[in-house]
This record gives sequence, C-alpha cells and structure tokens, in this order.
Amino acid sequence: MYILAIDTSNQALGVALLRDNELVGEIVTNIAKNHSIRLMPAVDYLMREVNITPEQLDKIVVAKGPGSYTGVRIGLTTAKTLAWSLNIPIVGVSSLEALAYRAKFSNAIICPFFDARRGLVYTGLYEIKDGNMVLVDKERNILFSEWLDHLVEKKKKVVFLSPDIEKHTELIQSKLEDYAEIPKMAYHIAKPSDLALAASDKEIDDTHTLTPNYLRLAEAEVNWIKTQKEKQNG
Amino acid sequence: MMNETYILGIETSCDETAVAIIKNGRETISNVVASQIESHKRFGGVVPEIASRHHVEQITLVLEEAFKEAGLSWDDIDAIAVTEGPGLVGALLIGVNAAKALAFAKNKPLVGVHHIAGHIYANRLEEEFQFPLLALIVSGGHTELVLMRDHGQYEVIGETRDDAAGEAYDKVARMLSLPYPGGPHIDRLAAKGEENIEFPRAWLEEGSFDFSFSGLKSAVINKIHNAKQKGEPLKEEDIAASFQASVIDVLVTKTVKAAQQYHVKQVIVAGGVAANKGLRQELEAKFSETDIPLLIPPLRLCTDNAAMIAAAGTINFEQGKRSGLALNANPSLLLR
Ligand SMILES: [Zn+2]
Repeated sequence: MYILAIDTSNQALGVALLRDNELVGEIVTNIAKNHSIRLMPAVDYLMREVNITPEQLDKIVVAKGPGSYTGVRIGLTTAKTLAWSLNIPIVGVSSLEALAYRAKFSNAIICPFFDARRGLVYTGLYEIKDGNMVLVDKERNILFSEWLDHLVEKKKKVVFLSPDIEKHTELIQSKLEDYAEIPKMAYHIAKPSDLALAASDKEIDDTHTLTPNYLRLAEAEVNWIKTQKEKQNG
Repeated sequence: MMNETYILGIETSCDETAVAIIKNGRETISNVVASQIESHKRFGGVVPEIASRHHVEQITLVLEEAFKEAGLSWDDIDAIAVTEGPGLVGALLIGVNAAKALAFAKNKPLVGVHHIAGHIYANRLEEEFQFPLLALIVSGGHTELVLMRDHGQYEVIGETRDDAAGEAYDKVARMLSLPYPGGPHIDRLAAKGEENIEFPRAWLEEGSFDFSFSGLKSAVINKIHNAKQKGEPLKEEDIAASFQASVIDVLVTKTVKAAQQYHVKQVIVAGGVAANKGLRQELEAKFSETDIPLLIPPLRLCTDNAAMIAAAGTINFEQGKRSGLALNANPSLLLR
C-alpha cells in the first residue's frame, strides 16, 4: 500500500511516500518560500525518483492545520483533489499531532505549538500511551503565557516542540523551569513520514467534507458575532 | 474529420466556486457554480478569508457535480484550464492547486487563463467571434476596453485609473443603505427615478479610452451628505438614476468611439455589470445607430463561471500554451 503524505501547513514543506509503514522517500524544506509554487513539483519529483505513478497510490494523508491559513488550504486542496480524482481514501491529521511525533520516544508530556501572533499559540498536549500517540489536552488557540501557567500545575516534565521555539524558549524556561525539556532545533520541524504513520490508525475522512483544522474563526466572523451580541444586548 | 476537444475549466477568483466542461470551445457540456453570496451578505461584501474557506469546502463537490452533469469520464478530457488571475489571491490559490493536482493525477495538460479573457470568451458560447473585435468589460473589479485582432490576442486600449464601475456602484449602494450586492438595486431604483441631478462625467484627456469613477463616487457621496445636513429631501430613485446615467454615458460613449476608431466587426459586453438593464438598453440604442453588431451574453454568463474559463482555455490549449506544475495564483495578472 502506497501512501502519499503532504504537509504545507506551516513554513516547512514536506512530502513523503511510504510503502505500508516503510519510508520510500521524503522531501522536507524549512525555508520561507511559496508552497503553492513548490508543492506539486515536489510531489512530482519525489514520485519520479522512486518510480511510482499516481495510479499506484492507495492513500493520501494531509496535515490539516493548525498553521498558516493559506498554507493549510494549499495542502488540503491538493490532497483532497488528488484523493478525489484518483478515487482513493484520504486522512487528515492535525499538524500539532504530526509535530508531536518528533518526541515519540519520550515519556514526558508532549506540547507541540505554533506561534499564532499577538502572544497567542495553537497548541494541545499529547502523550505516548501503550505505544500510541494520544491527545490528552485538547487543541486550542490560547495566550502562551496562560497556557504555560496551566502546564505548571501539572508538575510533570513537558517536551516543547515548535518551529518557533527560539522565540519562546525564555518564557517557557522562566515559567516551567526544570519541568521544561527543549530538544535541539532540528527536532522542531514536523516530518511528513510521521504524518503518514499518525494516519495509520485513524479512520478515513470523507473527501468532500474534510476541512482545515483552523482552531480559530475568521476575523470577520468574530467581529460579526460581536456586533450581533451587541445588538441583542443593546 | 475535426477532433473534438473537451476542456475542464475551474474558476475560484472571487466568491463563486465553479467548474465546467466545454466542447470545442463553444458548447457547454456542464456548468456548475456554487455561489457564496449568501454567506458574504452579512459582512456587506466579499471577505477574502471567508471566500477561501468556502472554496476549499466546495471544490471537490463542484468537480464531481460537473462530471456527473456532463456524463463524461477523465478519458474524454483533453486539458484542464484554470483562472490564474487576477482576483483574490487566497481564493485563486484553491482553483490553481486543485487544477495542478488534477493535471498531475490524470496526466493532462494544464492551461492558466486570465479571468477577463474568460469573461470575453463567455460570449463565444453564444456566437462565433469576428475580428477585429472590441470587448467592454465591466464588473466589480474591472472596467476595461479590450481590442482583439485574433483569438487569444488581447490589447487593453482603455482601463480604469481608479475605481472599477462596479466598485462605484457598491459604494453608492452602501450610501443609500441598499443591501449587498448593490448594483442590481441601483439599477432597479434608477429605472423608477428621474435623471435630475447633474453628476460629473470623467472624459479624461482627448482621445483617451481610460475611465475614472472616483470623482463621480465622491460627488454622489457629497450630494447625499449635503442634503442630509441641510435637511433637504433627496429621492433615492433620482440619485440612482442620475448616478447610473453618468456611468452609462461614459461607458457607452467611449465604447462606441473606440469601436468606430478601430473599425471593429463586433462589440461584446462582458462581466457582472453587463447584467445591468440600464447599460444594456443604452448600448443597444447607441449601437443600433451604427452598423456594428453588439453581443451581450445572457445573464447567467455575465457573472463569474467556469464555462467562460474553459472557453478561453480552449484557445490557449489550441495555440499550444501550457502551464507547468509550478503555476501560481497571480492576483494582478495582466491581460496580454
Ligand atoms: Zn469576473
């Protein structure tokens, strides 16, 4: 079974091809360059390199966010259209969960996060239980300082993973002190092959209704809801 | 024997997710449009982020519907045409990336299409082109006069220097507290009103086919403000009628002049504002005084759709133009 995994949800662009649980090939770049231009050529290149044609694919796995709205949509649109046109199943995996896999041999609580600007982050908590990655505290969009206060209360070791880790290391260490564990830089970039592994025990999504995991309403919607409430109260 | 060409078209440049299949550039086999207008109404205009969110939710559904409606299979499709610009970048990206995925998965040629070329080619679904041809494009984002000496050749001889005609309509509609989209409401009000307010007409310098609507827009806004301040009564119908008269006067006069100067064999009107009754009537009246045939597409082909993209894409395909898998959305793509 050939699985194509795609991740363009954050700065890194990742494409991987697996035969069952075995890695056939993988491309990851971690540079600020246009995903829309580069995704399809990367898939094309990888598949040519390993001599696999689109018809040989059996499953598509995609990182569905959170992350850059545009990046998430580029990956999801490409993955959904591939799955639909090739008539094969698709599985969407949270970008946070994919990142959490970088600490899959850790006994600590795993806290993947993405910077969401203005002090906010997209985050959640994962843990390895009986060899499986399990979400133990739901994904959310939250002020990072507030989130760290919440983590301190757990009084347990937490591994932090984020492509934006450098910006936040100081705050993490000041709040969590010895409870914080921060691996070397290279561990903070999600691997698309992990994405494919994460999907292996997940149910197939409906291709048409699979939507991004934004974790946040569009700003126009937030404002609209606010004015509706004001109207009701006023 | 002539080969049959089937082109799949995809259009997502603004707030419609659209897919169509066109035969030989002129025959609509299927034409599916999922409009988001109801969702954007509450915001009083198209919100780009919301538009992009809807497109990603709709794209495979609309693709499936277009194939179902056509009763065709992938073997029948010769190429995939997609709007690469201009438009809202986040919205365009959905169509472009879907098209690239299809081209890759099904090993089909990919052709990028200019949105305005699409609007022009909507007319070819009704009648064959005669060159040279003049196209007047009026929509929410565009006011342009394009000269075509042959298929796939576009020469922009006039364009707006500030606001598109459609933008001026939306702004005035908002001033009059009309619901979004305002164009049709102004058109309706104008039909009941009297042209009794003198609004400016921007002719620009002698011989120019360019447009400018920002002065008119400001004049209308000032008129409404002043009347309100002085407590003078102003009939909305009359404002609408006087505003529309100014827009139409400039559009029609310049179009007729350009058509005569370039000795065109055909004049076509395209874009959402081509649905405007006042504009249609005036164009028909003025061109009936000339011997130049005027083509205005039916309403369903005036608004954004993918049939027009597939129709324009057919020409690109036949002329050997191809896009690679690195095709990107280009929000400010030039027509050439
Ligand atoms: Zn348009």
